Amino acid sequence: MTDGQGQQAQVGIVMLVHTAFHRAEQVARHWSAAGCPLVIHADKSVPAKTYDAFMKALSDVPNLRFSRRYRCEWGTWGLVAATQSAAEVMLADFPEVRHVYLASGSCLPLRPVEELIEYLAQRPQTDFIESATTADVPWTIGGLDHERFTLRFPFSWRRHRYLFDKYVDLQRRLGVRRNIPNAIVPHMGSQWWCLTRQTLSAILQDPERPTYDRYFRRVWIPDESYFQTLARLYARRIESRSLTLSKFDYQGKPHIFYDDHLQLLRRSDCFVARKIWPDADRLYQAFLKDPDNTMARTEPNPGKIDRIFAKAVDRRVYGRAGLYMQSRFPVEGRENGLTSAPYSVFEGFSELFEDFETWLARSTGARVHGHLFAPDRAQFSDGQTVMNGALSDSAALRDYNPRAFLANLIWNTRGERQCFQFGPGDTQTIEWDMAKDNNAQISVITGAWAVPLFKSNLNFADIRTAAAQLQRIESKHLDVLRSQWTKARVRIWSMAEFVESPMEPLQVVIDEMGLSRAQRGLSEAPRMTDLTGFGQFLQNLKNQGMHPYLMGNFPAGHDMPEPRPPKRKPYLVR
Amino acid sequence: MREWQDRRARLRDLAMAYRLRWKRRRLLFRALRKRRQLTPVSDRTAGIAPGAILAAMTVRNEATRLPFFLEHHRRLGVAHFLVVDNGSDDGTRDYLAAQADVSLWSTQASYRLSRFGVDWLTWLQIRHAHGHWCLTLDADEIFIYPYHDTRDLRALAGWLERQGHASFGAMMLDMYPKGPLAEQTYASGDDPFRTLQWFDSGNYMIQRKPDLQNLWIQGGVRARRFFAGNPRRAPTMGKTPFVKWNRRYAYVSSTHSLLPRRLNHVYDTEGGERISGILLHTKFLPEVVRRSGEEKHRQEHFANSRFYDSYYDTLAGNPDLWCPQSRRFTGWRQLEAMGLMSRGGWP
Repeated sequence: MTDGQGQQAQVGIVMLVHTAFHRAEQVARHWSAAGCPLVIHADKSVPAKTYDAFMKALSDVPNLRFSRRYRCEWGTWGLVAATQSAAEVMLADFPEVRHVYLASGSCLPLRPVEELIEYLAQRPQTDFIESATTADVPWTIGGLDHERFTLRFPFSWRRHRYLFDKYVDLQRRLGVRRNIPNAIVPHMGSQWWCLTRQTLSAILQDPERPTYDRYFRRVWIPDESYFQTLARLYARRIESRSLTLSKFDYQGKPHIFYDDHLQLLRRSDCFVARKIWPDADRLYQAFLKDPDNTMARTEPNPGKIDRIFAKAVDRRVYGRAGLYMQSRFPVEGRENGLTSAPYSVFEGFSELFEDFETWLARSTGARVHGHLFAPDRAQFSDGQTVMNGALSDSAALRDYNPRAFLANLIWNTRGERQCFQFGPGDTQTIEWDMAKDNNAQISVITGAWAVPLFKSNLNFADIRTAAAQLQRIESKHLDVLRSQWTKARVRIWSMAEFVESPMEPLQVVIDEMGLSRAQRGLSEAPRMTDLTGFGQFLQNLKNQGMHPYLMGNFPAGHDMPEPRPPKRKPYLVR
Repeated sequence: MREWQDRRARLRDLAMAYRLRWKRRRLLFRALRKRRQLTPVSDRTAGIAPGAILAAMTVRNEATRLPFFLEHHRRLGVAHFLVVDNGSDDGTRDYLAAQADVSLWSTQASYRLSRFGVDWLTWLQIRHAHGHWCLTLDADEIFIYPYHDTRDLRALAGWLERQGHASFGAMMLDMYPKGPLAEQTYASGDDPFRTLQWFDSGNYMIQRKPDLQNLWIQGGVRARRFFAGNPRRAPTMGKTPFVKWNRRYAYVSSTHSLLPRRLNHVYDTEGGERISGILLHTKFLPEVVRRSGEEKHRQEHFANSRFYDSYYDTLAGNPDLWCPQSRRFTGWRQLEAMGLMSRGGWP
């Protein structure tokens, strides 16, 4: 209030309109009712009939002007030209205006206009315009940032995309670089600003303006850089932010607010929001007809809206890891996690220990399944036939798409650690998916499949056949686990190695699961099955010409493996 | 070597695209011929406004389902329904003819030979849906999508267009009651999901079809209960029911896939989530038990109908589809959180 105009200082609204004229009219009346002079620009491509009806509808509104019409296509100079001419009318016709607020027909004032007027009156020399140098902003849609200012863009991006792209390529190849006039520093930012009369008139009345106009005419998206750059030359105090709340999707297109955003918008304390869905009756009703004057508000605070909209972009770009569904089906390598949560696979443990599954469940609190990939059915924990998500234990359904089965199981039980048994007797098709999954923790006691054979009552010839087959399968499986593509955390012990000191490796595996109940150290050990005579059993197999090697060295006659001098560390493949 | 393989793959793809182009032309021609099977009953298509959202469907004896069906989709913003009545004898025809926003045609010709009604609808879509967003549904499908309770179909269509999408995927979700099917009650016009409250939430299996590039989704209660021994035969659940129609488009098999095949790309392959919806399937209303005998006999619902005899027999035996892991339906946000559908980037 240095110039003594004091109370008369006004906020003028420049409004750019191209569709939804009934809403534009409603908002124009709202601004006007609070005493704001208005200058409205309607896109030249609006049919004359619509435009005339719109002008007629607003004919009773005081302090309202229509400015010369330009064709406004996104990303082109027309928007700047329209803004310039409307702003000139505003400055010339309404001398009391101190701040000019650039809005669109789909903008909606969220707070009473008086609060905006008061807010600006308290900051008489501040320009609110988002304005940042190209190096400092992440909004580079289409791979163009600084090149917006150094190449020419005579072709429309919307209508002539091919020419647009080709011409950019050509200029890049030829090494064309435009000179930026008077060494101004290009800035970019939201198209929606609020400038003081001083700054705005300095831009519009600059003797160099023809030079700048000629330059910006061929810049890409000049409406996001013309005023943003030139304001830097004259403004006394720039607040680099827009008073208009507007959010963009991952392609850089403005988001639209709908009725269900009402509470979010209320709590944002922003002055104006765009774009509003023209049919959002509840929003227009709430903010124009019964505005909420009760709260004492100061600064806009769009934090919550920012978070929710950033989350939407994340969901669109990265999705929920481990989810396969009708609109998220990543190609191999782009899954961002094959499954949604870590899980543990135990191979050979329930063969070696008599009560391994109940012991594991008791000491970790995790859900422990049997052999999920058993040939006859998926052995869900506690003998269930249907798991979370109505996942069936049918082997046919599981084997029809084993990967979907595993991904579904882990997804359906989010929040609960899953453990299951696996072995050479199971359907093996899933092995690569597990090996390549960095959520998998796979612990293997090799050769433990021989224990059930050892305990069985089969004829020895059958045992010999089965042992040969299981050994062949497990050996192949180990090749997979040791391959260079494996991302799972894999630990492999031979059976001989493991029985020598079982607690240490068990503790390591369980610690890594990171379940609080097991952190204090294992209080009890699982009960190992009686291996008396196992060495002789292996010797018998050898005598029959089958060579069991995966279980390590169990000499015949000894019940426990021979102590070997330096003990090897567990084998950790990463 | 690698380059050579790439080139071969590209050539193969071009050849496939060319074959599919002819397939699409064949389908359109087929629709053109089948137009003679349709007799107009009440043609109100002159009242279709530019940009209006349309729905197209073939019905047979759906008098029970139609009142809720029409009411629900009107509420979503469907402005006009294009309906083919395939020989109903339960009053469906008169009911539909009396609706101001329904244009009705009738035919007695074979449903199966019309590719399950699709040929007829393709013809109606050529005539009336060009340039409109069009929902193609069955009478037992209730379409929902993220925010359907607050944002109408025009908002959805606007969002899709701004994203550059011309089609929208929606998976079928079989809804069922707790207890034997025939022992439930349902009165025409009621919300069917007060009877069919339950669904299978996490047993869907997906493969990508190499030719049409759509996702082949199977699973749900029918796979669990009727096809656990022969999953390959389990019904296909993925559909693309909402399309910004062009008279050159054609559905290939039901609304599971369509041509040109870019319209089948309703899913993201780079790890992100596209927006998608759900077709709540009201097949298991009590009358299904009575009707499954009739459907088995008519052999009009599957291309290889004899494979599905045991399915119809089980249904006719009035089964209870519920299991302790069934989930009770509460609304779209629940389905979104479970990952059955997605809001994608629509905040």
